[in-house]
Amino acid sequence: MSAQHPPARRNNLLTLVARYREAGIAIFILILAVLVTLRAPAFLTLNNFRDILLNISILSIVALAQTMVIITKGIDLSVGSIIGLVAMMVAFVFKASPEFPVVLSLPLGMLLGATLGAFNGLIISYGRVPPIIATLGTLSIYRGLVFFYSQGTWINSFELPAAFKQLSKGTPLGLPNMVIIAILFALAVYYFLNHTRTGRNIYAVGSNAEAAQMAGIPRQRIIFLVYVLTGLAAGLAAVLWVSRFESAQTNTALGFELQTVAASVVGGVSISGGVGTVPGVLLGALLLGMIDNSLPLLRISPFWQLALQGLLILTAVVVDNLILRRSQRRGRR
Amino acid sequence: MTESRPNAAPQGAERSAGATISAFPPRRSFLARFQRWEWMLVGLIALVVLLNSQLSPYFLDARNLSRTSSDFMEIGLMMLPMVFIIITGGIDLSVASNLAMCASFMGWLFMRGVPIWPAALAALLLGALGGLFNGLLVARVKLPPLVVTLGTYAFYRGVAYVLLGDQAARGYPASFTYIGQGKLPGTLIPFSVALFILLAIIFGLVLHRTSFGRTLFAIGNNENATAYSGVPVARIKIIVYTISGLMAGLAGLVLAARFGSTRPDIGVGLELAVITAAVLGGVDINGGIGTMGGAVLSLLLIGLLRFGMGLLNIQGQVQGMVIGLLLILSILLPNVARTLSLRGGSTHQRGRLATAAAVVAVFVLFGLFFFWSRAQVLGAG
Amino acid sequence: MSEPILELKEITKRFSGVEVLHQVSFSLRPGEVHALLGENGAGKSTLVKVMTGVHQPDGGEIHLNGQRVEFNAPHASLQAGIAAIYQELSLFPDLNVAENIFVGRQPTTTGGRLDWRTLYREAEQLLSSLGMHLDLKQKARNLSIAQQQMVEIARALSINARILIMDEPTSSLTLTEVAELFRLVRRLREDGAAIVFISHRLEELYEIADRVTVLRDGTYVETREMAQISRDELIRLMVGRTISNLFPKQETTIGDVALKVENLTLDGVFENVSFELRQGEILGMAGLVGAGRTDVARAIFGVEPPTSGRIEVEGKAASITSPQQAIDLGLALVPEDRQLHGLIPPMNLVANISLPMLASYSRRGWLRAKQERDAAFQAAQQMEVRANNIWQRARELSGGNQQKVVLAKWLSTKPRILILDEPTRGIDVGTKAAIHALMSELAGQGLAILMISSELPEVMGMSDRILVMREGRVTAQFTRGEATQEKIMSAATQTIAAGETR
Repeated sequence: MSAQHPPARRNNLLTLVARYREAGIAIFILILAVLVTLRAPAFLTLNNFRDILLNISILSIVALAQTMVIITKGIDLSVGSIIGLVAMMVAFVFKASPEFPVVLSLPLGMLLGATLGAFNGLIISYGRVPPIIATLGTLSIYRGLVFFYSQGTWINSFELPAAFKQLSKGTPLGLPNMVIIAILFALAVYYFLNHTRTGRNIYAVGSNAEAAQMAGIPRQRIIFLVYVLTGLAAGLAAVLWVSRFESAQTNTALGFELQTVAASVVGGVSISGGVGTVPGVLLGALLLGMIDNSLPLLRISPFWQLALQGLLILTAVVVDNLILRRSQRRGRR
Repeated sequence: MTESRPNAAPQGAERSAGATISAFPPRRSFLARFQRWEWMLVGLIALVVLLNSQLSPYFLDARNLSRTSSDFMEIGLMMLPMVFIIITGGIDLSVASNLAMCASFMGWLFMRGVPIWPAALAALLLGALGGLFNGLLVARVKLPPLVVTLGTYAFYRGVAYVLLGDQAARGYPASFTYIGQGKLPGTLIPFSVALFILLAIIFGLVLHRTSFGRTLFAIGNNENATAYSGVPVARIKIIVYTISGLMAGLAGLVLAARFGSTRPDIGVGLELAVITAAVLGGVDINGGIGTMGGAVLSLLLIGLLRFGMGLLNIQGQVQGMVIGLLLILSILLPNVARTLSLRGGSTHQRGRLATAAAVVAVFVLFGLFFFWSRAQVLGAG
Repeated sequence: MSEPILELKEITKRFSGVEVLHQVSFSLRPGEVHALLGENGAGKSTLVKVMTGVHQPDGGEIHLNGQRVEFNAPHASLQAGIAAIYQELSLFPDLNVAENIFVGRQPTTTGGRLDWRTLYREAEQLLSSLGMHLDLKQKARNLSIAQQQMVEIARALSINARILIMDEPTSSLTLTEVAELFRLVRRLREDGAAIVFISHRLEELYEIADRVTVLRDGTYVETREMAQISRDELIRLMVGRTISNLFPKQETTIGDVALKVENLTLDGVFENVSFELRQGEILGMAGLVGAGRTDVARAIFGVEPPTSGRIEVEGKAASITSPQQAIDLGLALVPEDRQLHGLIPPMNLVANISLPMLASYSRRGWLRAKQERDAAFQAAQQMEVRANNIWQRARELSGGNQQKVVLAKWLSTKPRILILDEPTRGIDVGTKAAIHALMSELAGQGLAILMISSELPEVMGMSDRILVMREGRVTAQFTRGEATQEKIMSAATQTIAAGETR
């Protein structure tokens, strides 16, 4: 509130930076694309672009759900294990009854995933167990269930019906089904977060939990819901995973939770809650996917992938923090 | 400082006017300072020992116990500084990746002809550097520890892959593998266990008997007020994360020595085991509360549980399930008990019951489907 | 006179056995501004929280429009048309202005889709009908405190609240912002709303309030017409005794300069702050909340070092960049916010008191438990802290006793320069008097004391000299004899151009 520096002007500059957080990633992606293309022209082909989309479809779906959790100041470390368990269960269904309607596998997976998510949601919202602890626990529990369920056996490609394997890869609409499903899912999340009261309540709870309660927002129910939705998304991802990779293994999607959090954080979602957008997260996932894709094209050892991912996360949070810090300097009393 | 004193009511303000603090309370004995949760852990340990010794004749075999104990020492070594970090209100997800980076770096140097001990020393230094980097980002740049160490979780593991690729470093001399495989001369006690016990005592004393340890609790309970009291909070955090890195490096050496080789995927997922052990030991994930004794007891409990289940031929992942459940219950049960005791006859009771019934029904259906579909496949062959 | 819209009858409220409200009655009529007055800790905030359903009373009844009601949650009272604007604002920093107004009940189309266009239109209408000019799409995070308050008021009105409770709404506002707020309040009153107005600034109450209800120590004292009660009488009702014997600063011999500050500046927060503080002297620092006084104290103590300027401690230039250095130089700071900066509430008294001096209670890093305990016990006893024992947790003590613990902690560092930031805020009258007596005694022993206080009587009663700050600058200095409430208030609120600097 100091008189000598009217806050209005600086505000505008800052909102500009904050508002165009997505544009920042997009520009970064473009620069990267140009650089990679200069070195490896194969990058800029329709085929390669389709490959990238195919690769980030599953990641986008789960990362978007993870984003909803992070907006409420939570985190879901169990998504990888939910994918692993649901993948195995769906694969078992197809092995046991190959004539099971392929289309039904999607709602089945989502239902199974949502149930597992509901368990997370219960212990976090009503049991008031900190999200990181609760999902750390269920990460082990669900992964343990995969082993108990399958007794260590894997389901391989030949045990799955061809129609199911085509579910993710078929291109009746020009793009692979999986990409279309991911786009539809992203649109649904976008609509939910921006155009429904419940979606806005997710932001409200993450932005100021106490005020949310005062405003009559059912905080516990909202928190429960985001974990159910994350489970649902993981379940959907699991079906696509089995269909795409044509197998279900005991270590399916092991460690996948890290990538979903990475895509969110790179996409501008704040771990302290209240902030995050669908386009941002999609760009985050795209950036991660592009790096994975371009390494072999640039003949860089794929072993660099993980290290680069880590550096990307660190860069993203440092940049976000610098923006935030400048805005806080202004926000002083 | 952190001990809960449920009988500490009534408030001082209510006492008769003029009366102030009248006398010293008697100094509590060591056992009285033991907290409820630690007693609970002791009880659980006794239960596990009792059950397992009934179920398997091999459980109380000294040789078996000696062999299995060294399996948990890397987790233990990383758990010690993790208790420090969590008490300050932080977290370090990067420990297992740092472990891999250090072990791989040592292997990489060793494969290039550097003698093992200088290579090991360099690896320890690298571990400390990795921890320092975390500490600087957390304390100086003031980033949330969860994100920082998530980033370095990927980065350090990535460095391990960059160093070794799909190779394995092997051929370590026996003098080195002793730290992971050897026993103290004339005993069944593995060297790594002795090392852990020694370090656990040191870490415990530092936490509970030094001014440094006291400031860790203060930071975790109220960082601002601690800074106002002249405590160099940032420096202490940096030290703590650096120690964590150093211990991750040490754990890396021990693990590489135990395996006799190093692959870049060494120790994958151990960070979760480390955090689980600390939290199950009563260290509050929100900071400010915890004891080293509780953490060590919980490590012992986890070790005995896993060992016992292993003897019963229960798969490792299923064992993890039991530990995960224990972790959740250890926090959930006290919360639920508190909620139930607070809530009398609520007006929403009926609605709640219906919801609860629906939720239970969903879980039951899930369970039925789980076993039914499983039987369809496994039953068929 | 019209029938009361809201009546509280003999409300009693206990927290863990301690009675904070004892049979308090309160009656509110439509179309009035009703001031709620009392010292900090008198029970005003608790009473407000009973009205809004945050707390449920342990005894007594609430009547709304003649009907008995029970609010078991904050939104129940909201639905009944009672809205509160608390001291700690309850906006959503990541949502924009328009959404903040309608959060939780955004307009939707028949399909359940959010109707953003209607939302913005209604927000626009609401704000312009109130004469507010705000960017609807600005995030609340980027608003000034006055602007945030306006959004809160707009939110309250958007639910057609007929009862509006304002808990110290002016404490962080500039004079023009206060005028703006009062214009709004009068307008709401004309529309028939009932407004409960809490403020410590008596002159404000004379300006805006119709009636006043005074609380003291959790009990109801009296309700009066504002126009028919004098300031002195109000103060007497509040404190229960005459004001003169509350502030017993004795004459002391003023010694050498202990602390000298020259042109201290923290960019964007305060600038060119200069003063001298002598041994045995109490220098009062008056001003409105947000004038930068706390920031000056923090800068001197090294919590957030100044960007430029000079500090001399006992004649020697000092560069203080951390509290540790300040402590080593003999400074101590009792901060404004006990819970946040003064205490570590979950830890016991020993750990709290010994924290700044841990090094001296340890040998090569090892804590010497007995020495620490003895020192803490002695310090607590000296301050007459009332607690079961020194192992009790700080958070279990009353506000006054907590403040005594903070004082014990800092006095055990044997400071020569003591900075007290709002030393008696939110504590009971008895402890307040004890702290004033202590300050006087410490000054007598030669301590140099810098006291920041927003309570004018306290500043005037305790200080040898008074410094007034406004918007990051020192605007006036008075000796004890020169100072009057009017002079201080005008220096604290009016522009420097008026020229009342000595």
